[in-house]
Amino acid sequence: MILTGAEIMLECLLREGVDIMFGYPGGAILPFYDAMSKYPQIKHVLVRHEQGACHMADGYARATGKVGVAVATSGPGATNLVTGIATAMMDSSPIVCITGQVPRSVIGSDAFQETDVTGITLPITKHNYLVSDISELAYVMREAFYIARSGRPGPVLIDVPKDVQNQKTEFVYPEGPIRLPGYVPPSSGVENDIQAAVELINQAERPIILAGAGIGKSGASEALRALAEKAQIPVALTLLGKGGMSENHPLTLGMMGMHGEAAVNYAIQEADLLIALGMRFDDRVTGNLKTYAPKAKKIHVDIDPSEINKNVRVNVGIAGDVKTVIEQLLPGVKENSHPAWLNTIRDWQEDSDERDIINRDTGGRLLAAQVIHDLWQITGGNAITATDVGQHQMLEAQYYPHLRPQTLITSGGLGTMGFGLPAAIGAKFGRPNEEVWAIAGDGGFQMTMCELATAAQEGLDINIAVVNNGFLGMVRQWQELFHESRYNSTPMFNPDFVRLAEAFGIPARRVTKREEVADAVNFARSIQGPALIEFVVEKEDMVYPMVPAGGDLHAMIRRPKPNEE
Amino acid sequence: MAEPVSKNHIVSALVENKPGVLNRVASLFRRRNFNINSLTVGRTHRPHISRMTITVDATRQDARRIQANLYKLINVIRVEVVSNEPHVSRDLALIKVRSDDADSRNQLTELCERFPARIVDIGPKVAIVEITAQEDLVQAFINAVEPIGIVEMVRTGVVAMGRGVRILDTDYEPAVPQPSGSIQHVY
Repeated sequence: MILTGAEIMLECLLREGVDIMFGYPGGAILPFYDAMSKYPQIKHVLVRHEQGACHMADGYARATGKVGVAVATSGPGATNLVTGIATAMMDSSPIVCITGQVPRSVIGSDAFQETDVTGITLPITKHNYLVSDISELAYVMREAFYIARSGRPGPVLIDVPKDVQNQKTEFVYPEGPIRLPGYVPPSSGVENDIQAAVELINQAERPIILAGAGIGKSGASEALRALAEKAQIPVALTLLGKGGMSENHPLTLGMMGMHGEAAVNYAIQEADLLIALGMRFDDRVTGNLKTYAPKAKKIHVDIDPSEINKNVRVNVGIAGDVKTVIEQLLPGVKENSHPAWLNTIRDWQEDSDERDIINRDTGGRLLAAQVIHDLWQITGGNAITATDVGQHQMLEAQYYPHLRPQTLITSGGLGTMGFGLPAAIGAKFGRPNEEVWAIAGDGGFQMTMCELATAAQEGLDINIAVVNNGFLGMVRQWQELFHESRYNSTPMFNPDFVRLAEAFGIPARRVTKREEVADAVNFARSIQGPALIEFVVEKEDMVYPMVPAGGDLHAMIRRPKPNEE
Repeated sequence: MAEPVSKNHIVSALVENKPGVLNRVASLFRRRNFNINSLTVGRTHRPHISRMTITVDATRQDARRIQANLYKLINVIRVEVVSNEPHVSRDLALIKVRSDDADSRNQLTELCERFPARIVDIGPKVAIVEITAQEDLVQAFINAVEPIGIVEMVRTGVVAMGRGVRILDTDYEPAVPQPSGSIQHVY
């Protein structure tokens, strides 16, 4: 069968099980778009900005565990992908980006819409390719998907010159195993290390599990629960680990780190053993490394060997797939109970409950925390939520306990504002039967709100919550705490979000009082297709607790108790 | 705990001979804030494999991190911190020195007898001396030649190999057929 390069790319996508792509056409990728009419099995979603395409592919990947695909043309199309690629890289999300490139004959001549996208994306991709001949194309496509999804997942970019898309050749799909001698992701842990870890776990009196994104990615939720239950070890979650262990399980403590639960951070500082599973000791998780978990021995399991001993020196480092490693550990781990330790943690939790704003009368003021809390109640904790970055994101983490992995989709590592809406669109395409909520602040929402048009064009049944405090809230919080309340460039002039949504043909409502929240949420849920709710919340609200950047994990700024205010 | 000691480490890597590999390695070192002292790259006896030798100032712990990070690059096949074990290392320098009087020529000849160096080109005004030796000996030679008057110099950077039967090699052959008539990429 003689096919063009463009057709070969689509044939390969079919064989990878791709049924949807998010993209934006342009000159250098036009042969690929032209060939799409021969492959109606693969749906193409037209975005409004290539960054959105990348976030949609990312949201799709995080919601399904499958590889998401984004397509863009050369030059500005390709550079617009960059933020999305870096977002996927930091959070180990498997996406493949396909970009058109100017024809080979003019590469290097500063041709119209030429940019060295493989050079630009080199440090923010797991791997990338510039396809120099049609004979490589099928191999490259296959390797790209394999690299994106295997080991520690990540973004892979394939740059295909326009004339390669138009070249013709006999198409033979390369069957057989992929040979990449320089790429051997670890699977199981070394037996000696497993034994050493088991011994530490069995000896520990105050152990705590730190569960990260790896749990969801490797499908280790069941194994994690078995481990926690067998030895009665409490489980703290990273932001991206949320849902990795059901958050209504009595052993699940909640989120750790800068805006983590105080009880969780105290537990980490007092623990005599950290069992870190599929997490990477990010600075938002550890605070000051010199005072981090000073009493604890440390076990670190991660699929990426370069993560072990990167930020925190550990006693036992195990490079391996976290599910496989937990299953290796389980037989040796003895049943245990740790009643004193669990009681200590419970006392800290009670103190937290007392301080919690959600348990207080706020005198008619509408707080972002209440919006998230009510949204959680109404959706039964079962929705897929895709957030932006900032206060609403941290409040989501605090007030929306997730029951299943891969249901919180958020930019943790890069902290990309504007991620929420497009990620929600991608997630909904991946999981059409799930209720999907995009939750964004007024700032981040305006970065990618053009994708409202994408949702409207597709008639996509997503709900959008814009939590509007008229500020770049988290930056304002830092200004209040660390810059004597000099609110430089954080107050926002905002459009009328309701009329804005309506301009896209999207039904919308505005909420200003607590008692209107439930009605509006149910209104959005009742709409077939996109719906938007604007929640006008308290302007100068804070997210507590807070560990100042680089501060000691136990030295949190906390909300005062009611009698101390 | 004592401060970890930073010293010169030699890292050898076998990489696929593909376009951009040097860029990937250099980018990694820059991104992770590792300081390269020297980096050399050249082909091996296997047509698809090149070998890089990178010297860095690093603690032993950092050297391990460099190794782990290099392994994350898809095109990097094998990595070894050669300087952790007995090894042979060489650096080569070509030094153009003033030789416009009998005194300078005599000094140069004398130095070439004391060091593993030789004069490879000589004219009425300047001479080129070549020295191949361990890096510190090359440096000592440069210091000794300096008073005569160095006018130009180039060094290759360190190459190294483990002693004995420790072998850094691969039997890898690429899966992708090389397109006929296309240019073999050199860095």
